[in-house]
Amino acid sequence: MKAFLSGNEAVARGAYEAGVRFAAAYPGTPSTEILENCAKYSEIASQWSTNEKVAMEVTIGASLGGARSLVAMKHVGLNVAADPFFTLSYTGVNGGVVVVSADDPGMHSSQNEQDNRHYARFAKVPMLEPSDSQEAKDFVKVGMEISEAFDTPVLLRMTTRVCHSKSVVELGERAEPPKKTYQKDFAKYVVLPSNARKRHVFVEERTKKLEEYSESFPGNRIEPGEPELGVVTGSVAYQYAREVFPKATFLKLSMSYPLPRKLIREFAGKVKKIVVIEELDPYIEENLKAMGIPVEGKSKIPLCGELSTETVAKAFGEEIKPYALPVEVPIRFPVLCPGCPHSGIYYVLKTLKATVTGDIGCYTLGGMPPLSAMDTCICMGASVGMALGMKKAMGRDSAKRIVATIGDSTFLHSGITGLLDIVYNKGVSTVCILDNGTTAMTGHQDHPGTGKTLAKEQTSKVDYAALARSLGIKDVKVIDPYDLKAVREAFKDSLSRAEPSVVIAQRACVLLDRKRAKAPAVDLEKCNACGLCFLLGCPAMEKADGKPVINEVFCVGCHVCAEICNREALQAL
Amino acid sequence: MRRDLQPRSPAGAVRPRSTINQSEKAMKPTTSVILSGVGGQGILLAGEILATAAMNSGFDAKKSEVHGMAQRGGSVVAHVRFGEKVYSPLAKLGEADYLVAFERLEALRYLPLVKNGGTVVMNDQRIVPLSVTFGAGAYPEKIEEMLSGRAKAVEVIPALAIAQEMGNTNVVNLVMLGALSKYLIFPEETWQKSLEERVPKKFLELNQKAFARGAEAARTKVTA
Repeated sequence: MKAFLSGNEAVARGAYEAGVRFAAAYPGTPSTEILENCAKYSEIASQWSTNEKVAMEVTIGASLGGARSLVAMKHVGLNVAADPFFTLSYTGVNGGVVVVSADDPGMHSSQNEQDNRHYARFAKVPMLEPSDSQEAKDFVKVGMEISEAFDTPVLLRMTTRVCHSKSVVELGERAEPPKKTYQKDFAKYVVLPSNARKRHVFVEERTKKLEEYSESFPGNRIEPGEPELGVVTGSVAYQYAREVFPKATFLKLSMSYPLPRKLIREFAGKVKKIVVIEELDPYIEENLKAMGIPVEGKSKIPLCGELSTETVAKAFGEEIKPYALPVEVPIRFPVLCPGCPHSGIYYVLKTLKATVTGDIGCYTLGGMPPLSAMDTCICMGASVGMALGMKKAMGRDSAKRIVATIGDSTFLHSGITGLLDIVYNKGVSTVCILDNGTTAMTGHQDHPGTGKTLAKEQTSKVDYAALARSLGIKDVKVIDPYDLKAVREAFKDSLSRAEPSVVIAQRACVLLDRKRAKAPAVDLEKCNACGLCFLLGCPAMEKADGKPVINEVFCVGCHVCAEICNREALQAL
Repeated sequence: MRRDLQPRSPAGAVRPRSTINQSEKAMKPTTSVILSGVGGQGILLAGEILATAAMNSGFDAKKSEVHGMAQRGGSVVAHVRFGEKVYSPLAKLGEADYLVAFERLEALRYLPLVKNGGTVVMNDQRIVPLSVTFGAGAYPEKIEEMLSGRAKAVEVIPALAIAQEMGNTNVVNLVMLGALSKYLIFPEETWQKSLEERVPKKFLELNQKAFARGAEAARTKVTA
């Protein structure tokens, strides 16, 4: 039977067919749908974990307990989970483990475009790179076999274009391997230095065996063509290269760590010239050059950004003249939704001239004009620690203007430890938890603060105020972000205090709470076109003669714009 | 148009990769459709149904989209490609046969993807971007004329008006897909099957109606 699946759906299907019994993740574009789809199979116990490190650790536990297990994350998530990942390479597995890293070349929804292929070599873990959905499914299955046969986790390296492209997949049946039991094994699972030294030797021997395996792995193959040009490629770049060089001889590398060196030499002997076509870093290129094989790669192909058929074609001299539009097309940035509870918070912080350390989520858009109310964004949870550090460097008075803003899911992911650091180190920072009751940006996933699991079962729900108090915060306020007066007073009070504060702005994401009120009416007599309401950056507002025109299709009736207006020109009907 | 839309034989389904050979390179060209619009307009579902219809009609098909930053309000594009054997999930600049734009400005933005002599089907709806509200650029006028500078056929569909008439602005996407269906020769039943597969049951009837209204609105009739 055939199905039309995205790469992410195919990974979940592969997990199902491979007999996987446990899967975990923290949501992150472009990987999120992997776990959402795993959860559709009742045979796979699927869960959102608090963060990627925890997801990795729970997965290791599930593997040791005997289950084939899968853990998925976006590329920067593997940074968070790197600590257990590296040591998992030493301990090896019991039930097979596939670690999915979804990289984001082009940074469609990420803060960097690190190339996680380096993690395979760094942690000495075999790596598979699918180029479409069929391979994504197949490689999860073969990955589980490699994992158990070689006693290693396997890295499945996806990219945005593989995750979010759909293609035709041949479906198979689920085959559960015989159940494994947990065996206590001190020398393997307790990495005291005396044990870990022996495990390192094991890892090096394992890598040699994997090199042999890579030679015969069917996904590493020569595709015959004319001998003038040899193309070495993998992942989605293979698809682009296939269109640009239909006649060339190809070496398709699907297992790119360890590399099949004999196969590479055989290929080099068949062709007159070799080009390496790969996204981001010259990972394959440098390996081939180290083998003494002359190749061309990043001297032509861009290092930065996502590849496409046209970037590859252009790199090799094809003239592609983009059709020149007769006018400039105005940009359409992603924006905070009409009625987004974050907008009012950032509006107030802007008027208070606050220095805002920000974080990762929809609310990062608060940094965009016209709000322009965010100063920093580094990684999940960074806002909290950075607020403390800035104050330490800039002196106590500056703290009166520094506010950390962090979403509910991000706070639970890695903001709590930062908050504890503020308390412990006698900070006076104000931390605002933007609690919209969901992981909004990745498409509304549950988390420990929503009271629901991935399977939508009821579970315990974090009480942010009680949590903050238990860490030692005395000034804890809960506010409604639609009530701008209360928002302003809360921030003014907290910022004036010589103690740390937590402001919890609580209102459901506007896309979840579908209740709608009427759009406010614009009283053109009262309006003096001061432009204050436009500072909110509401996409439901258009402008005519400097005055607001409310687009009633988009307006949800939050009336925050009416609160901003000094002349009562925006009125509830 | 019919020429490049020959369904392949069922036996010639996606081949295992190990059998790629040179004769395959002389394959029939791939058809590329671009769907563009503003986040929240239902572009991804429309692309899903289109690609499913292509697959149900016996083609190899690929679809690509990016789940970007904010849920709403950004520029959104999906590529759907189908043919005997499709490699890249993305169309090249100047390669797309069809552009289905759910918003006027988003038709213009993605015009460079359309091949010289391609077809544009555009929803007659303006969604003014914030950048224009704040004075960074103007919303272009005479978009149809500019589209005609590249495309052979430009068809404007009042999809928002039709959807409003039906009492639900959420079905703009299905109205547009219905209009596109008049340009493609997928059998009617494959469209219906794809709708059934991809639209939640609760909304199926409404979406089927919207699809039919869109098909009616399109002036082009396929001649076999």
